[in-house]
Formats: sequence, structure tokens, C-alpha cells
Amino acid sequence: MQHGKYRFIVGFLAAPLALYAVFVIWPFVQSIYYSFTDWTGLSPEFKMVGFDNYSRMLKDDIFWKSLQHSVLLVLLLPLVTLGLALFFAFMLNVGGRRRKNAAVSGVRGSAFYKIAYFFPQVLSIVIVSLLFQFAFNPSDGMLNSTFKAIGLESIQPDWLGDPKLALYCVMAVLVWSTVGFFVVLFSAGMASIPRDFYEAALLDGASRFTTFFRITLPLLWDTVQSGWVYMGILALGVEAFTSVQVMTVGPGGPDYSTTVLPLYVYQTAFRDGQAGYATTIGVGLLIVTMAFAAIVMRLGRRERLEF
Amino acid sequence: MKTTDTPPAPPAPEAEHTPPARRPASGGKEKSGEGKILNVFSHGVLIIWAILVVMPLLWAIMASFKTDDSILSTPWKLPDKLHFENWSRAWTQAHMSDYFFNTILVVGGSLIGTLLLGSMAAYVLARFDFPGNRFLYYLFIGGMSFPIILALVPLFFVMNNMGLLNSVHGLILVYIAYSLPFTVFFLTSFFKTLPGSVAEAAMIDGASHSRTFFQVMLPMAKPGLISVGIFNFLGQWNQYMLPTVLNTDPNNRVLSQGLVELATSQGYKGDWSGLFAGLVMAMLPVLAAYIIFQRQVVAGLTAGAVK
Repeated sequence: MQHGKYRFIVGFLAAPLALYAVFVIWPFVQSIYYSFTDWTGLSPEFKMVGFDNYSRMLKDDIFWKSLQHSVLLVLLLPLVTLGLALFFAFMLNVGGRRRKNAAVSGVRGSAFYKIAYFFPQVLSIVIVSLLFQFAFNPSDGMLNSTFKAIGLESIQPDWLGDPKLALYCVMAVLVWSTVGFFVVLFSAGMASIPRDFYEAALLDGASRFTTFFRITLPLLWDTVQSGWVYMGILALGVEAFTSVQVMTVGPGGPDYSTTVLPLYVYQTAFRDGQAGYATTIGVGLLIVTMAFAAIVMRLGRRERLEF
Repeated sequence: MKTTDTPPAPPAPEAEHTPPARRPASGGKEKSGEGKILNVFSHGVLIIWAILVVMPLLWAIMASFKTDDSILSTPWKLPDKLHFENWSRAWTQAHMSDYFFNTILVVGGSLIGTLLLGSMAAYVLARFDFPGNRFLYYLFIGGMSFPIILALVPLFFVMNNMGLLNSVHGLILVYIAYSLPFTVFFLTSFFKTLPGSVAEAAMIDGASHSRTFFQVMLPMAKPGLISVGIFNFLGQWNQYMLPTVLNTDPNNRVLSQGLVELATSQGYKGDWSGLFAGLVMAMLPVLAAYIIFQRQVVAGLTAGAVK
């Protein structure tokens, strides 16, 4: 067994590790270094400026605005998405009563619902964003023409053009596209909860409310928690960037009302030619991400339930 | 189980004392009343969400067969006849065919590379004991949690210096590198579950380490490779941020970039029908794949999230 073992290990690890180091690890380390420089990204020359970028960031209004939006996304998106998904999953798996002589079962047609709800998850966020950009179009989009058709002509919001509404529109799209994933994920989790628990609760006369909060949620907590982290990373990362970049005017507008941290990093680096400062904002984003994960882990820590 | 330690439930209505399984279908009067109201409510919510999910997709398909005028003036009417010219216009004039070809090239190359390099690294990390094994494992899976956007700025210049910017093979290498964290994470735990005795038998029969891997272990790992392959396929097919930054040559555009480009330019020209034809065109492959391989897609996407 030992013959040629190390040669094999090195041979098999070399290519993946090299690729990973060059394209992921190295840029990541470099970005922290660049955050202390005044590099424009356009010329190869730059010098160290110490913490200048960091103090500039703390005085940057747009940075604070995008931070605020990112934090809002991180708080609201998981709450709405996971809340809806839990409700749907509970209805689909435990909500039905007295069918096939089983104490607990899903409502009728739950298999169909699961297939349909998961649909948006396979579509790219670009396609979803483009679709909804049109739906939100104030003059002839799907939403406003529906309002017109059912006689609510007075309600014609400007959706993505309204600074108060725009970010919530983006959020709605992200919820729309991710709820189905969690419905399926939570369904799988609920399926592994022993039926006896539900039957016992039913015998005790527990309502659906009690059943959900006393049995389903505590036993599903681990899955909910990892879903929470996943949703948060999505809200701070690529998905939020893409939907804001594709859907909103500017992008990030109107009047910076939808700019999120990753978008601001992108614009500072590739539009404004301030690569050094952009990586500083990126470090800010990293800190927010880490803090978020740490908080969720800490808040979510509970006694492990074994079954 | 902790939740059953709660104080005894208040006395339940008489009907609840019979085991639910033996209860006649009509059930206790009080209970079925509550059940009915709740069922109507829950079914209503479930149906509304199903409509919310399916409507935009159906609407886009419908719009892709209509004329620009009727999309804008009568958005909810069925097309007067099927305007297939929208599709041919999008396919040829709007370069959808080129974007498709580029995407297939990039995703095909990346997928093969990801699965090959990912399974090689995962196999070594899962089944061989050597100094630094744990360190390398955490180095790989650490990549799942950090914001890609932070690495993107330096990555741009790494690629630039290596002459890989705006090239298909450069994009393939980056896709592989950024797919490795999850792939290694997933396949390492998968390889650990495979029986070691088969590999040992092959070694005793005189097979080398790499022969054992390619002819014995890899075929055994097929279910895991399919799951992680679907996950990576959808992720890479839908990739937007990496090509936007690293691949600005119009000739090498992938689908997501092409669609955004189409939306921006067609939007000004007012070719809505062409845009919808392009959107639906880009949706069709994943939609079809999802309908056909529904079970595997769901398993592939949720794998790793549930224990």
C-alpha cells in the first residue's frame, strides 16, 4: 500500500491545488494588501498609504448607504424567505390531516407544489432579473397593467424608479427565486422527523400551531440555521450584486437607493478606476459577512436534539 | 427528545382520544370544522404562490410569440398567431446562437475539469493520511464562505498578467477554481462513505494508485459525481459576475452576458418580442432538464445542505 504513496498524493493534488491557489487564494491575499495602497488599477505604479483608504471609507456616504442596504437585505431576506418556506413546507408535509389513514401527511397535491416551487431555482438570476425588470416596468409592465385590468388604475407605482420601493422590489425577486429551494430542503428535513412524534402530539390534542413550534421547528433547527447562513451570504454576495446590477437604473439607483456593498466594490474598481479603494470596501464586506455568520451561529446555538 | 418534556397538554376534546388512524373519515365535529377553514386557507396560499411562480414564466413564453405592439398594448391577451420570426431574429441577429455556443464550450470544459480535479483532490484528502491533510481540506472548503467580489479585483490583474483575460480557456480555469471548494467538500465526504476494501483488493491485485482511482473508485463514485455535476452545471451555466469582469470581448460572451446586452440594446430599439424570445430560449434548456431529471436536479442542488 505504501509503495509510491507520496508520489501519488503529490501528483493528484498538484493540479487542483495550483489552480485554486493562483485563482482563489492568491487574489484573496492580494486584495487585503491592495486595500492599503492607492492603486488605480490602470497603471502598474502605486504606493502604500497605510489606513488612508479605511478612514476614507468611514467618511464615505455611499459606503454607508450600501452597507445599510446590505444589512437590511441580510436581516429581511432570510426572515421572509425562510419564514415563507417553513410555512409552505409545513403545509406540504404535515399540514394535511386524515388522509390514507395516516395521522400526518401533506395536503393534496403536495408533490406538484414542490416541483413548481423549485422551478425558479434552476433559472439564472440574470434571467429572473430581466424578467422582473419588465414586470416592474411602470408604463406597460405586467404588474401595473394587471392593476389597470382589475380596475385599480389609481395604483400605478413607479416600482424600480421609486427610491422608496426599488430595494424592496429587488428583495421580492430574490425571495421569489429562492423560496422553492428551501421548501424542498425543509421538506426533506421534515420527512426525517419520526411520525410517532406527530401522532403523539395529535393524541394530546395539539393544534397545528403547537405541532409546528413544539416539534417541527426545534427538530429542524440545524437546517434552518444553515439556510439562514446561506441566505445571508447570498444577500451579501453574488446574487444581490447580479439582481441589483441587472434590474436597477444606474445601476444602484435611483439615487443610490439600491446600491449594495458588492456592487459598490465592483463600480469603484472597474468604473471609477480605484482598485485600491475598492478592495478596502471589499474588506469591509468581508467583515460584515464574517460578523453575520458568527452572529447567526451564536444566536442559533441550542441544545442539539437527537432523534 | 426535549420537546415532549413540556407540561401535559390541556384536556383535549373527547374525539381526540381515539387514535387518528381509526377515526372515521368525518372525524370529530369541532376538529373537522377547524380543519376545513385551515385547509381552505392553506390551499389558497399554496395555490397563490404556485400562480406567482408559474405566471411570469408562462407570460414570458407567451410574449415571445407576440408582436411588440401587442406585448405593450394587450399584455394579457394570447398572441393572435405564433410569431416565430421573433425566435429566428433573436437566434441569428441578436447572436443568441453564438452565446449558446460559447456557453456550451465554457461550461463543458469547466464541468469536465471541475469533476476531474475535484474528485482527484477529494479522493486524496478523504482516503490518505499525510501531514497537512486537514490544513489542505480546510483551505479548500474555506473558499465556500468568502465573498468572491473581494478577490475579483486582483484576479482581474492576475489574469491580465497571465494573458488569460477575455479568453475562453482563461474563463474555464477560473470557473474550475471557484467550483472546487464545494466540489471537494461534497466529494470528500462521499469518498469517505465508499468501502475501502474494494480499493485494497485492487491494490493487492497489483493495480497502481492511479489505476485504482480511475478504474475502481471513480466508477463507484458515480452517484456523487452526478449530484455535484448537476450542482456545478447549473452554477456555471448561470454564472454572470465572473464573465462580466473577466471576459469583455464581445465575441466570447456567454448567455447571461448576451442577454443583458440584448436587454440593454433591444430595450432602446424597442424589440421586446426579440428580447423575450431570447430569454425563453435561454430558459428552455434548464427548464427541460429540470422537468426530465427533476429528482436528480433537486437531489444535486440540495445535496450537502441536509445531513
